[in-house]
Amino acid sequence: MAHAIAVSFPESSSIPIRDILPWAALVGVLAVILVYFAGVEQGALSLLSNQYVHEFVHEARHLAGFPCH
Amino acid sequence: MVMRDLLVRGMLAGLLAAMLAIGFAYVVGEPQINNAIAFEDRLHADSGTALEPEVVRRTVQSTVGLATGVGVLGIAFGGVFAVAFALGNRRLGTLGTRGTALTVALAGFTALYLVPFLKYPANPPSAGEADTIARRTVLYFGMLLISVVATAGAVILQRWLAARASNWNAAIIAGVVFLLIVTAALVLMPGINEVPAEFPAVMLWRFRVASLGMQLVLWVSMGLIFGVLTERATRSLAHGPAGSLRAGAR
Repeated sequence: MAHAIAVSFPESSSIPIRDILPWAALVGVLAVILVYFAGVEQGALSLLSNQYVHEFVHEARHLAGFPCH
Repeated sequence: MVMRDLLVRGMLAGLLAAMLAIGFAYVVGEPQINNAIAFEDRLHADSGTALEPEVVRRTVQSTVGLATGVGVLGIAFGGVFAVAFALGNRRLGTLGTRGTALTVALAGFTALYLVPFLKYPANPPSAGEADTIARRTVLYFGMLLISVVATAGAVILQRWLAARASNWNAAIIAGVVFLLIVTAALVLMPGINEVPAEFPAVMLWRFRVASLGMQLVLWVSMGLIFGVLTERATRSLAHGPAGSLRAGAR
């Protein structure tokens, strides 16, 4: 009888914060790296010595609102 | 839903939304970039200085380059969005799955684009000075950090107040606190004004509207697409055989 009234689905509850945090840290670090290459590399900072990354994603960088030359 | 399901859907929604944003940027944004580059070339011609060498051809920049840049941003934003959704899901009152997704997307748009944009708006090529890029970048990301902290703080404050007062009043107070912090930052942060005096005002306005539009298309469609994908998955899990089995096992 007890299991007949237990209608709380595991899918319909929120994910505990402590289960989200490791993902948040990983996703945060990866997002910073991706945004760095799309938005900043060869502008204020430059890991690679030529201008190809900057010039290749140039339009996206300007339109997405990142500071550019 | 586990974290894996949300991350997969977040990145997928981000990529699909990026495709829409790329289409918007190509149609609305590219003409403005071309106008700005034509203006820059005219300045060089008038002053007799050499044109900047073309490292990557314009036809590549405006197609594959644009798509790569926006696509990368879409996937990155999609991942961050999925984590923010996981934190907000069923913790933001009575908003359903799709309502939560759209709310989180609008919060992401505001925190990661709109507030920094209000202080340091997007500039077309030739409207910035090359030797101030380090300072402009630091200020831009500083504004972005303030904006993210203010947004997260406002959401936490709203939930804390909602447990004590009505949801509406909690939202109004949290909204006012958010606006006070953002306004203070907008007033106190140093301004940047490097747009050449002869740069056409209409061209600048159109470029900035195109930038705002592209980000709005990206975020709103990401929230809507994620909402559809996630709600469908939640429903089929709850009503499908796996869902009833798990419910029976409890």
